[in-house]
Order: sequence, then C-alpha cells, then structure tokens
Amino acid sequence: MLGNETPRNDRATAIAPVSVSVKVDGVAFRYPHFELAPTSFEARSGELLAIIGPNGSGKSTLLEIVSGHLKPLSGHVHLDGEDLHQLHPRQRAQRVGLARQETILLFSFEVREFVRQGRHPHLGRSLFESSDDERWVDWALERTNLTPFANRRILEISSGEFQRAVLARALAQRPRLLLLDEPTANLDIGYQIEMVSVVRHLAASEDFVAVIVTHELNLAAELADHLVLLEAGRSLAQGRPEQVLQSELLSRVFRTPVLVDQNPSSGRPRITWVAP
Amino acid sequence: MKVAATRRNALTLTLILLVGLMVVALSALSFGGVHLPLGEVWEGLRGNASHSQATTIIRGIRLPRILLAILVGAALGVSGTALQALLRNPLADPYVLGISSGAALGAIIALWVGGRVAAASPAAAFAGALATMAWVYLLGRRAGRLASYTLVLAGVVTASFLSAVILFVLTLLSTRDVRGIAFWLMGDLSVVTDAQLRVLLPIVLLGVSALYLFAKDLNVLLLGEEEAAHLGVNVARVETAIYLLASLLTGVAVSVSGAIGYLGLLVPHLGRMAVGNDHRTLLPVSALGGAIVLVVSDTLARTVVAPGELPVGAVTAVAGAPVFIYLLRRTAG
Repeated sequence: MLGNETPRNDRATAIAPVSVSVKVDGVAFRYPHFELAPTSFEARSGELLAIIGPNGSGKSTLLEIVSGHLKPLSGHVHLDGEDLHQLHPRQRAQRVGLARQETILLFSFEVREFVRQGRHPHLGRSLFESSDDERWVDWALERTNLTPFANRRILEISSGEFQRAVLARALAQRPRLLLLDEPTANLDIGYQIEMVSVVRHLAASEDFVAVIVTHELNLAAELADHLVLLEAGRSLAQGRPEQVLQSELLSRVFRTPVLVDQNPSSGRPRITWVAP
Repeated sequence: MKVAATRRNALTLTLILLVGLMVVALSALSFGGVHLPLGEVWEGLRGNASHSQATTIIRGIRLPRILLAILVGAALGVSGTALQALLRNPLADPYVLGISSGAALGAIIALWVGGRVAAASPAAAFAGALATMAWVYLLGRRAGRLASYTLVLAGVVTASFLSAVILFVLTLLSTRDVRGIAFWLMGDLSVVTDAQLRVLLPIVLLGVSALYLFAKDLNVLLLGEEEAAHLGVNVARVETAIYLLASLLTGVAVSVSGAIGYLGLLVPHLGRMAVGNDHRTLLPVSALGGAIVLVVSDTLARTVVAPGELPVGAVTAVAGAPVFIYLLRRTAG
C-alpha cells in the first residue's frame, strides 16, 4: 500500500520473530459488586479474537485489563514478551490501540485532525507531526474508507462514520495490539461486516493482534479465529467458533433458546433465535 | 481546521500577529486625551528631554499602560484557552475557578485592614489568588487527582462563596474606600508601577511559553480524559500542570489589573473561529489576539470620554457582548 518505507520511529523490535503474541495470564479484578475471576487466553498476530458473553459478564473489564489501562489484582498481560502494566503510558500507547464508544465532543475537529491524534504517542519531543506521521494518518483514513471525509467536521458526520474515525485513530497509532469494544454498535449490517473484515485483514497484513468485544455473535462466528465466552466474570469456553458456539451452552448463557447450525456459504456456525 | 497546524503556519501566524500588535501599540501610544503624532511618540520613547510633554505622556503614562495591556491580554487569552481545554468546556473563562474572586477578596481585606496603601499593592491580591487556587485544587480532586467535572464545580462554588464574602466585607467598609472596588469588579489598567511590570513580564512570558509546550497534550485532552490516557498522556500530571499555569497567569493578571471581563472567553473563541481548535496555532493567536484586543479596548476606554476614562472592563463588556452575540448567530446559522 505505501511502498517499502517503514517510518523510522516504528517497529523498534525490527529483528523480532514475525509472529507477535499477546498472552493474558490469570488476570483478575474485583469491583464492589462484580468480580472477574482469573482469566487467561492467548492470541497471535494476524488473528482476530472475539470476547463474547452476556451483559455484565466482564467483557469490558477484561478488555480494559488487556489494554494495560486497568491494573489487575493478579495476573499479567504480556505483549511480545513485555508486561503491559510495567510500561510507561506513552510506551503502552505506542503498542496498544483502543477503539470504543466515545462521547461527543463539544469542540469541532476535522476528521483528519481527529485521526491524527493517534500519532500522539509517537511524537516524542516534537510538537508537530513529521511527514511519516502524516503518511500513517493518510493510510489509516484510506483503510477505513474515510479519505473522502478527511476534511469534514467530526461533529457533522454520521455516527457510523464517527465510529470508523475512532477505528482510524487507533490504526494510526500503528499498534501491535488493536482492541475494539463494540465497534459495530451504530453501524448498519454492511458496515459491520466491512469494519470487522477490514480489521481482520489488517491484522494479517500489518502483523498485529486484534481483540474485539462484541454482542454480534454471528459476526464473531464468521470472522473471528478464536472466541472467549464469558459469563458472570468467568471464562466458560475458549477456542474456535465451532467449539465455543454450541446451542445448549449459548441458550443457557444468554437465557434464551438459540439454535446453532451452519452457514451454508461459509461453513461457519450460525446462530438463530428459536421462536417460542 | 481553518489553518493547518504545521510548524510553519504557527510561526507565520505568530509573526503576523506580532507585527499587528506593534502597529496597534504604536497607534495606542499616539491616541489619548492629547493626540501625539508619530514623530512625537518616537521622541517620547527615546526620552528626549526637549520634548518633555511627549516624554512625560509616553513614558510616564501610556507606555506602561500599554505594556500592561499587552501582558494582561496575553495572559487572559492563553489562560482562557487552556482552561477551556482542561474543563472540556467552551464556556469556561479564566475566572470560572474562582481566582478573580480570591484576588479581589485578598485586596479588599488588605483595604479593610491596612487602608488604601496596603490595597494598592498587588501582593495581597496575589496571595488571595494563590490561596483560592490551592483551595479549589484540593476541593476539586477526586480519588486523589484532578477531574475536570469536580474541578469546575469546586471553582463555581468557591467563586460564589467568595463573592458573597466580598459583598459582606464591602458593607463594613466606609463608602470612601468602596470607590476603589470598582477597580476589582471592572478592571483598570491605569495603576501600574515599573516594578510591577518588571515582575509581570517574565511571569507572563514563561507562563505562556510553558503552556505552549503542552499544546499537543491540550489537543488530546479535548478528546476526553480516558481517551487521552489511552493515547499515552499522563493525564494527572498534565492536568495539574495546566491548572497551575493557567491559574498563575490569571492570578498575576488580576492582581495588577482587576477582573477584566469577557476577554478570557471571547479571545479563545475568536481564535477558534480563525484557526480552529489545534492549540499549536490557537495558543499564539489567543496570546497575541488577547494583547491586541486589550490594547484596543484600553485605548477606547481612554479616548471615548476624554478627558475622563471608562474602566476597561466596561469597554470589553459593552463591546464584547455584541461581538459574542454576532458570533453566536453566525455559527448557529
């Protein structure tokens, strides 16, 4: 896409092995009314891992811990062998991108300015972006199909476009671990599929790990390589979609009868509601 | 954005506005109760003894006043901009956190206790500003660190409380002394000593420069505290630094010139309309724009009812409100 240049301040571990991995090891947390039991999982670069589960099962808490932002009461999160919670926030932001629901701003930025903030962790001492930084911003806008919107005001675009801008900003960070919390909440089905597909393709081509928290079970079934199913703060099942998405298990966990069969066009599991 | 935030644009904007400021300042030196043509202004600046009237007016009266207007205008413009980012609220102004009320109370207590001589010193006002700054900071913390939501509440509550205390103390003073209080409520640039200017200049220059170093952090803060943290900003440290610097700038400005209204709210908005919300271009525009606006306002205050004088705060309010309404209508339409 951008030729052979790799911006100088990226990819510090240039001679590391091709495959990046994130290892979540026994992380636990406790809120006054909720407890996340020690949870572990792993994912490799090029892979999309989906965390699914009913409301209140601890998905967002787990994601916060994996992002390095919430310090777990026990356990570790290792990215490329580095403990994320031992890193300085700026170092962490150079490695981990997070895209989630955001509040509406009272200040107007152009979409490009908004996405450009993703370069902040890489600016170092400089107050201004370099031409390399601008190139990554252009790349992120292009990958999320936002180039035509680059000069529009962030307050004037639709919520779907705004969500893509949030993703673009996280991509502009050039992370090794990309986390998405309900990224498809305001998107129509076309954009839902497009966004998650793009993330999965980029995870492979740009060599990062993508972890997504989602309510869209069919999206996860179609596009994720691994699933982690949480219920009430515990990991109930992990593995490939066919292994985790079982009718009985899902019906119990989501408190409603569902049928899991196979999508004839893709061979992936398909979850449908069973009418009473 | 109206103007791309590049190093070159920031420099160009700064230079253009600096030139504009010098032009405005020179004109201001010329206008007043006695109109001095530019030649006389030049002689006055040089301190030429044979042009004694020019020298007295320029050096004794107008130059210090204009310098004060430049410093105070810059301080309030930058402080307002920074606080709007810190509180993520475009309606914030430098006084929303109670600094001006604290300074006014400090001065009024000095007036009550020590008489007019004590009140003339900015030290008491500055002490009041510092005390308020510390108080609001401690009150506005949540889980041991600054949170913009609680900070603004703490500031507003403190400002109201202090205003009530000020009114209470005012009723205890004789009416003779109360006349000087108009200074605090409206602002006044006519009372400044060289010593005060010598202290003010480095503080304002350093404060404005230091805040500029946080320009990119201010940009990210606008996204929200959590989002800023996820982008690697040490939110607690950055917010504390911005709070201290903005409060310091407001405190020194108010201590020597009283609470000049509208400037800290209007100038950042004019700046945003001109160059957008990126602080790397907005801060220089707010600083120099604030200086220009205040010099112009002060010149009007001196000339409109010459040989009398309006308090400069009255000019900024009377001129500022319609400008603000016009801007509001234009952006809403």
